[in-house]
Amino acid sequence: MRILIVGAGEVGSSIANSLADGHEVVVVDVDPERVEAMTYSHDVLAVTGDGTDLEVLLEAEVERADIVIASTDDDETNLATCGTVNTVSDAFTIARVKNTTYLDTWRNHRGAFGVDFMVCTDLLAAEAIVRIVGLPTARDVDPFAGGHVEMAEFEVPLDSPLAGQTIAEADEFDELTFVAVIPESANAAVIPRGDTVIDGDARVVVIGRPEAVREFSGAINPVEAADDIKDVVIVGGSTTGELTAELLVERGIKPRIIEVDQDRARELAERIPAATILSHDGTDPEFLTREHVQNADVVVATLGSDERSLLAALIAKRVGATRAIAVVEQARYVDLFETVGVDVAVNPRQVTAEEITRFTRERRAENVAIIEPGGAEVLEIQVDEQSVLADRAIRDVAADLPDGVVIGAITRGDDYVTPRGDTVVHVGDHVVAFVRADAIEEVTAKL
Amino acid sequence: MKVRVDWRASLALVGTVVKWLSVPLVAPLVVALYYGDGGIAAFGATIVVAFTAGVALESLGDPEEMRAREGFLMVAVTWLAVSIVGAVPYLLAAHGVPGVLPATAPGSTLANPVNAVFESMSGFTTTGATVLGSISFETHSHSVLLWRQLTQWLGGMGIVVLAVAILPELSVGGAQLMDAEAPGPGIQKLTPHIAETARVLWLAYAGITALEIVLLYGLHVGGFAPNMGVYNAIAHGLTTMATGGFSPEARSIEAFSAAVQWLIVPFMVAAGTNFALFWHVIQGDTQELFEDAEFRFYVGVVGTLTALLAAILFTGPALGLGDAVAPVAGNAEDALRHAAFQAASIVTTTGYASMDFNQWSQPGKMVLFVALFLGGSAGSTGGAVKMVRWLVILKSLKRELFVTVHPDAVQPLRLAGQALDERGVRGIYAFTAVYFSLFVFGTVFVAIDAGRIQETVTGFEAMSAVAATLGNVGPGFGIVGPMNSYLPFPNSSKLLMVGLMWVGRLEILPVLVLFTGSYWQS
Repeated sequence: MRILIVGAGEVGSSIANSLADGHEVVVVDVDPERVEAMTYSHDVLAVTGDGTDLEVLLEAEVERADIVIASTDDDETNLATCGTVNTVSDAFTIARVKNTTYLDTWRNHRGAFGVDFMVCTDLLAAEAIVRIVGLPTARDVDPFAGGHVEMAEFEVPLDSPLAGQTIAEADEFDELTFVAVIPESANAAVIPRGDTVIDGDARVVVIGRPEAVREFSGAINPVEAADDIKDVVIVGGSTTGELTAELLVERGIKPRIIEVDQDRARELAERIPAATILSHDGTDPEFLTREHVQNADVVVATLGSDERSLLAALIAKRVGATRAIAVVEQARYVDLFETVGVDVAVNPRQVTAEEITRFTRERRAENVAIIEPGGAEVLEIQVDEQSVLADRAIRDVAADLPDGVVIGAITRGDDYVTPRGDTVVHVGDHVVAFVRADAIEEVTAKL
Repeated sequence: MKVRVDWRASLALVGTVVKWLSVPLVAPLVVALYYGDGGIAAFGATIVVAFTAGVALESLGDPEEMRAREGFLMVAVTWLAVSIVGAVPYLLAAHGVPGVLPATAPGSTLANPVNAVFESMSGFTTTGATVLGSISFETHSHSVLLWRQLTQWLGGMGIVVLAVAILPELSVGGAQLMDAEAPGPGIQKLTPHIAETARVLWLAYAGITALEIVLLYGLHVGGFAPNMGVYNAIAHGLTTMATGGFSPEARSIEAFSAAVQWLIVPFMVAAGTNFALFWHVIQGDTQELFEDAEFRFYVGVVGTLTALLAAILFTGPALGLGDAVAPVAGNAEDALRHAAFQAASIVTTTGYASMDFNQWSQPGKMVLFVALFLGGSAGSTGGAVKMVRWLVILKSLKRELFVTVHPDAVQPLRLAGQALDERGVRGIYAFTAVYFSLFVFGTVFVAIDAGRIQETVTGFEAMSAVAATLGNVGPGFGIVGPMNSYLPFPNSSKLLMVGLMWVGRLEILPVLVLFTGSYWQS
């Protein structure tokens, strides 16, 4: 594939480095020095210029590109780049943003801003932190049918209560369908039956209402692990800190946030009612002792500056916190942080680059999610008169469809319909279905 | 000293309101004509007085000069002026004018101008404290007694709110004026135009009043309320929704059947509810009502007090908590009805009584005394401290306890999930502190003043009289009990109470600000 990357900062160059092996990569950046460095250090073509300038994009032969990745440090530049690319090319566009409101808009209205896939640096960092804290988060979540349906892929940890259960035992959720299980050793997704056993370390793919998916995420949670981790202290109310707190609250943990700035502390307190906000310098050992931070299970340092985050993490460890996670903006400090005593250092740019790279490799189209390995797809179809589903009960259609398809969810207008054997599908309904790679062609033709 | 307040503009606008007061005065005039009861001359003359005084005040200045400061003055003076004009028919009816107007109520206590102003202020502020010696059609005509009821209805939703609703010249500064008058901290704009909001509030108010009048008269027609004729149905409809409490019956609601008493309870509860919530209900959004933090708290408080009082009334004598109150003790329906009625009446600051609660045992009276300070919801017609303030105070006390343990904690106060501005919380503390300071000051003043004329007033009676007037409730205990009157107090005490009713209705701070130097200077 031919891939155009706009912005050769840490994220851009990291992606370029990962993809250069198997693909033709072109990099665009405004900074001539960076462009020159890229040309020599990576096996890519580098072009100097502004990514929002059509002339520059044409010079980089954007019309030949299959994928365009906008990964500068500026949200608006990235969005404008994607919009500009759309005027001359059908390339799949990926944008990186910091502002979560852009992400919310895009999630609810896919294709907004001319962006086909959007990643939020701070949110990815927060998700990485929450995973490290010990709570499973979905490996992948994709909204369908205007946000009424979600497809999610989870890894089931060995000590999860679900490990070893059959699908019939695990399926306690009305508005959720198990569409695939990917055993750890297998190289393709398996369509589960009631007696299929979910092994530890396997992955499961579910389709359902977003609320049910979130509940299911809680059910996967190993009971003991969740009991172990109760007290999480977030030092520094940066955006990453705020998003981490929100994700923790969603998982039933009430974190404490320490933020020195009074106004920001008040803002956080208004936005996250479940969290306790303390307004004080998070690097004051006397204060940390007074607030019993030594008893915390995990301390997360997200102060926005590497030096202060490092200091906060080390002091927290010093007063007795069990584990310290720090956010580090400079990739080159990750090793240093972990050497001097921080348990895990999370670099948001690195996390973002990994996500974009992973996604680019598992390239997917609009309203289609690809499940790797095996290339199965989750797709959304609007039922028309020609469809075999039109005005028939699902049980009756089964004979006309290949084995490798599971109907996960149906939406009718704004209503969610749980598919059962006797559910009659109407013309105009949206159907979200899991389709194995070998059945894709046949299913697409018949639905 | 240079005065920086354009008081002429304020007075001109007060004049407009006074001028328009001649319109509702037509109602008692019509009643006087119907009954041929001699109030004709008194009300006819008052219409002329109101109109001329209004026009004269209007000519003082240009209402276009109204600013925020002028607004405070305008609202405060309006309530004073309206109460004085409202006292004129009482005086004329009791006194007549020698050689011109005949006195129509010989021997009325309203011949004393202080009493007349007290009764009028008590009416407009929906207090319901009375200084009529005897409430009967023998001493006071139908028209005078109806005017008493009507003053409460006009004052209920607010005279200034009514003015904003119908007078186009108030459309711009209206929000400021309504804010100074409306009960509770801050106003809710329901529609983009403030005049529209004021109209919505008054329409809801008038609509529910009309519904109650129809239902009360319906009970009469159905044979459940022999003495609830058209006159009484209208008279009580006007003072329930206003949380007023005046009644043309000497025995208040005790004079009516159990069916009437039960019917009035829900209307009193509705009167103590934020009227903005009714607007949402009319729009089909009932969730807004049941999810409102203040409404839930308010219903919880009324319910708890009802249960507590019912238990005391029902089992009182058995537990040795004082004497049996016939026929309540041991009768479940009676106990529950009187408990619910008195709880709703005092919490919402209506001031009706379905029985003489002066006869209750001490525990029951203590519960009602505490209820004198509660008040209805913000944006209702009720007085006193108001539910939302108590709710915020309770929540902030809980926060104080938390902050004592975690001195660095930042914790916004929330009402139904919405974070409150800290300045608003401080305002609520200030209001409550001033409210209780006035209560203490008033009590001491009344006690000393009564001693001065050798009138025996106990501490409890003095406290209840001050709490009942400051909170616009009406009846207190002992000599100011629900079947008694405020007549025994000396004129000086009565004038103090007129002041308490006035500042209580306007929620103190908008009036107190007029007595500060910084208000009048730059």
